[in-house]
Amino acid sequence: MTKTIEEINQKIKKGEAVVCTAEEIIGVVKEKGLNAAAKEVDVVTTGTFGPMCSSGAYFNIGHSKPRIKLGGGRSYLNDVPAYTGLAAVDLFLGATAMPDDDPRNKVHPGEFNYGGGHVIEELVAGKDVRLEATAYGTDCYPRKKLETWINIKDLNEAVLFNIRNAYQNYNVAVNLSNKTIFTYMGTLKPNLGNATYCSAGQLSPLLNDPYYKTIGIGTKIFLGGGVGYVAWQGTQFNPTVPRSENGVPKGGAGTLAVIGDLKQMTPRWLVGTSMFGYGPTLTVGIGVPIPILSEEVLQYTTVTDDQIIGTIHDYSDAYPNRRNEPVGEVTYAQLKSGKITVQGKKVPAASLSSYPRAVEIANTLKNWIQTGKFELTQPVAFLPGAESGVTFKPLNERPITP
Amino acid sequence: MVDKKIVLHFPKRLVDRPIVSHLIKDHDLEFNILKASVTPDEEGLMVLELKGKQEDYDKGVAYLKEAGVIIESLSQNVIRNEERCTHCGACVTVCPAGAFELDMSTRQTKFYDKKCIACGICIKTCPPRAMELHF
Repeated sequence: MTKTIEEINQKIKKGEAVVCTAEEIIGVVKEKGLNAAAKEVDVVTTGTFGPMCSSGAYFNIGHSKPRIKLGGGRSYLNDVPAYTGLAAVDLFLGATAMPDDDPRNKVHPGEFNYGGGHVIEELVAGKDVRLEATAYGTDCYPRKKLETWINIKDLNEAVLFNIRNAYQNYNVAVNLSNKTIFTYMGTLKPNLGNATYCSAGQLSPLLNDPYYKTIGIGTKIFLGGGVGYVAWQGTQFNPTVPRSENGVPKGGAGTLAVIGDLKQMTPRWLVGTSMFGYGPTLTVGIGVPIPILSEEVLQYTTVTDDQIIGTIHDYSDAYPNRRNEPVGEVTYAQLKSGKITVQGKKVPAASLSSYPRAVEIANTLKNWIQTGKFELTQPVAFLPGAESGVTFKPLNERPITP
Repeated sequence: MVDKKIVLHFPKRLVDRPIVSHLIKDHDLEFNILKASVTPDEEGLMVLELKGKQEDYDKGVAYLKEAGVIIESLSQNVIRNEERCTHCGACVTVCPAGAFELDMSTRQTKFYDKKCIACGICIKTCPPRAMELHF
């Protein structure tokens, strides 16, 4: 049995496409068998909603009168610095940027209540944002100072461009030390006081297409409540990590760089987020449709939480010192039960990504496809596979001597 | 028997007086101070757990009110902003009082404000900052 994306799109246009979420498909295949289900089901939808730090947005604010060249100067959006190393009125704002006067961790742990992610959320919510900029002035761009309110509806372009999202699996974090630590994996209590994880597991996009057979460059996706596209493989793309027999990586592996028009996104799916003692970030909602082109593709989407293994790492010592010393392995079914066992000790486990919101994304995407609002795209190129030899290299420091 | 957590606001003029001492001694109540910020010449705040007979508790509360202390129940003070909560569940393992629980069927995070001791840990550790302290 094979189908093409073109055939699936014909069914979507007629409102006849059969769509299941990655949760629902598990039961469907169990009941009908792989062969029958592959004939019947056209698309499986996935979803994830978690903090994703390598997110950001770029804007073209339009030209002021007289003109100003923001490039090479300094620009702030609600006091959060934006990157200006671009042409005259283009800016890039990163999710983890924070005001110059934020005390950071001077009094540890810092609160990080406001940063680039929050500015993006406010822009998307239609709120006015304060732009303050200084420039050096040129003959063609004479102005040196600009202070103005801006609103997303007036910007020429406002584009969400996240260079690493939707991690295919991730570390499970614990703290083996005797004091509380504050990490990007949340607050970790001493002596294995808790464990945190951050993946939608059986609903997560790349865990349902572990070898990137359908998801590629140009894949149309749910992004931040609107429509976006996979732009490239994400940074730190690492397809060659150890995998279980079912092909599912046992730790962080594939990632996606995604892009989409910020103007059609919503603040429910782009939430400014603060990691206590770590920094501000952005929680991003992503849903990827998987076209059921073959039984093999379908088989991968039936993965369940008990078949997905996460590797446990100590964030008090081994992780910060870049020593790969896993403390153990655990399945997402165990993690989601709220209690895992690490070094013989029962440890309460908590999630940082929202499973109920991941379900909502998968259902929303399902609805869009069923009602003909969302057609699938054929990737223009595929992501590097497990055979590509692409790896995630550490930094090899070479001391600079005069 | 009742077991209640209450928030006491002491106006400036009462901060120097041994009100809690009288409350406990004269009304035969068991108490546990969960949080206190009482400094001379400033308004004071105390989060108190009171245990005892209903009758004694009522008399004790009446005494506090008569003395001029403003009383609120604790659940009014730590509030979850339902609009901001994403139900990620990060709060579940950081709360020392077990006030957050995961609903296994819906994967939603429940907040039992009766268990809350207003320590404030969730306020800063909630990633979308959905927990709010109102005093």
